[in-house]
Amino acid sequence: MKLKKLAVATAAMVALGAPAMAEIVFPSLSYRTGPYAANGTPFADGYADYFTLINERDGGIGGEKIRLLECETGYNTEKGVECYESTKGEGAVLYEPLSTGITYQLIPKASADGIPVHSGGYGRTSAANGAVFKWIFNYPTNYWYGASVAIKHILDQEGGDISGKTIALLYHNSAYGKEPIRTLEELAKKHGFSLTLLPVDHPGQEQKSQWLQIRREKPDYVLMWGWGVMNQVAIQEAANIRYPMDHFIGIWWSGSENDVKAAGAKGDGYKALSFHMPGSDFPVFDDIQKYVVDAGKAAGAGDQIGTVLYNRGLYAAMLAVEAARTAQELSGNTRITPAEMRDGMENLDMSEEKMAALGLPGFGPAFKVTCANHGGNGLALVQQWDATAQKWNVITDYIEPDLEVIQPLIEEDSAAFAAENNITPRDCN
Amino acid sequence: MPEQFLWAMEVMLNGLMAGVLYALVALGFVLIFKASGVFNYAQGVMALFAAMTLVGLQKGQVPFAHLINTIFGTDVHKFGWELAPWLAILLTAGVMVLFAWLVQRFILQHLVNQPDIILFMATIGLAYFMEGFADLMWGADIKTLDIGLPQGVNAWIDETTFNLFGYGFFIDNLDIAATIVAALLVVALVLFSQYTKQGRAMRAVADDHQAALSVGISLRFIWVMVWSVAGFVALVAGIMWGAKSGVQFSLSLIALKALPVLMLGGFTSIPGAIVGGLIIGVGEKLFEFLVGPYIGGATENWFAYVLALIFLVFRPQGLFGEKIIERV
Repeated sequence: MKLKKLAVATAAMVALGAPAMAEIVFPSLSYRTGPYAANGTPFADGYADYFTLINERDGGIGGEKIRLLECETGYNTEKGVECYESTKGEGAVLYEPLSTGITYQLIPKASADGIPVHSGGYGRTSAANGAVFKWIFNYPTNYWYGASVAIKHILDQEGGDISGKTIALLYHNSAYGKEPIRTLEELAKKHGFSLTLLPVDHPGQEQKSQWLQIRREKPDYVLMWGWGVMNQVAIQEAANIRYPMDHFIGIWWSGSENDVKAAGAKGDGYKALSFHMPGSDFPVFDDIQKYVVDAGKAAGAGDQIGTVLYNRGLYAAMLAVEAARTAQELSGNTRITPAEMRDGMENLDMSEEKMAALGLPGFGPAFKVTCANHGGNGLALVQQWDATAQKWNVITDYIEPDLEVIQPLIEEDSAAFAAENNITPRDCN
Repeated sequence: MPEQFLWAMEVMLNGLMAGVLYALVALGFVLIFKASGVFNYAQGVMALFAAMTLVGLQKGQVPFAHLINTIFGTDVHKFGWELAPWLAILLTAGVMVLFAWLVQRFILQHLVNQPDIILFMATIGLAYFMEGFADLMWGADIKTLDIGLPQGVNAWIDETTFNLFGYGFFIDNLDIAATIVAALLVVALVLFSQYTKQGRAMRAVADDHQAALSVGISLRFIWVMVWSVAGFVALVAGIMWGAKSGVQFSLSLIALKALPVLMLGGFTSIPGAIVGGLIIGVGEKLFEFLVGPYIGGATENWFAYVLALIFLVFRPQGLFGEKIIERV
């Protein structure tokens, strides 16, 4: 009798503990602790809150509830890989690593396991070539496109001629920070500007040498590829040497409220790129308030809603949901597999009408993903910090990158990757 | 004067200022090592915790707000007050004394006469516990530290050097403030350890725990006192570094900047921490300025350790450390 009871109890526990199959599982490799927690937390909140909204308001995607598996990486590559290994067996259909280092490690693993990875605005740039990187997607943009958009903005500011100008790149001395160098070198040849490289070692708390050099050499513009404390210190040091803030342009990972607030009024005028809108002036935020925050189901305290990084997390989640929806339409199944999710991502069409219908009109650029192009169209805008109003103002339309320069670089780098890894590129025609 | 020479002078002065900031962190390590022979791995996290507590108290932030709201379904975040900086500093110093007492009561008291490596391991555990505790208590967001410290280029130095040399030197007002505070702190600490009863007792404990106990020195009191002083030094370091970058979790990594200073200056010398900090500051900045451009830059982190290693080879006890004599 006792044995029977034990068997029943064990069976019940197994049934409760086993992952429910009628779910779409999205792991979130987040970092809410450690030196980069201040940036990881709002992204993770936005990512989680959008999925909660879809579950609470719509009953999931096509009737299938979303299960979010959050795993803490501390922005540490080894921990990120551990998170991948420990969650992939749960039925994960998509990974969002939120770290260039982790993405690089997951590219071969996820490709072998047949699980798609999305690294929008980060990761390996040449993964935009879908013919080589079948399982990796980095739409809507990447670092090389970002570098080109920054230069295009400078060209616009200088009346179309930047020959003889000096542009300094202040970068995090890591794989991430070094990503734009090749592109900028090519663009320097094309436009005739000289490029000064200023690496900053992790974590970037001490940058006096770099800023003394900038003060001495007076570059016309400074571009920044920073992350975490490096951003706050750089903006403070720029203010200290009275560098004109409107000539200081950060990549999108150097353009959140966290980065500028520490400098106070002196941060006014600092610019950064972005591939989505800041603020909460979109209909979807009313629904988030109603179905998520007011219902007590928000991932965080609810105080990050509308911040740049919260919006980026929300945007990544929205793209995941729309890809899953596309996958359901293509396969005819509501319970999609990772391979079907990949197909959904490869056929994702983010039109302006679709974004408007989702309550996010004009929130991000319209783009289409194809077999050959996993990187979107690379559009990005420039936003500028208003220290008085404590908010980012968008000051340009979406700017197109210089594909003439970047596409050959993507082809070259992805071909090298294919050769190193014995990959035969797919025929996307 | 040649431009290169002027630039090198400017870099050197900035190196001296940066060295003071490194020394501020190193001082906390020295104090605890001197008194208890413990290499306190948690010193960087103590600076973080102190700075977070300071901002939290000053801005009237409710500690453990997220936890309270989750458990009780409330929505409390602020008390609604804003404290004067001096009062917030005073209260934070009080919190650091309480922290020192807790460390002594729950960790050190149980590890008397244990090998140094055990004490070191305990501080590693303490560091990670404190990091999580600080996150739970004050949250992980970046906090702006505003206690009225001056920042930006010092106009007087800029103008004077421009009039003299035709090139205005950049010296940050915050660095000047840090130098003055560090100088006052060092004088106070040296006077305390050399000329007060408690200071002498502290040194006696550092020499031999059991011998100090046998002559009636209270080990508990000395350890609480030393960890309190180190907590206050951590608070000062946290303020200075936090003013540059905002108070955030990466503040705990400033400990990395103190290690070469300790290797160079010795683990037991307060003046050594200062001189070591200055040498490291000047050395790394000048190396970056003179050699960095030829080898791709970003030399400061590793060059500081190379410099410290060179000193270590010739003076293992550090520049001002006590000479190591082992009698057989």
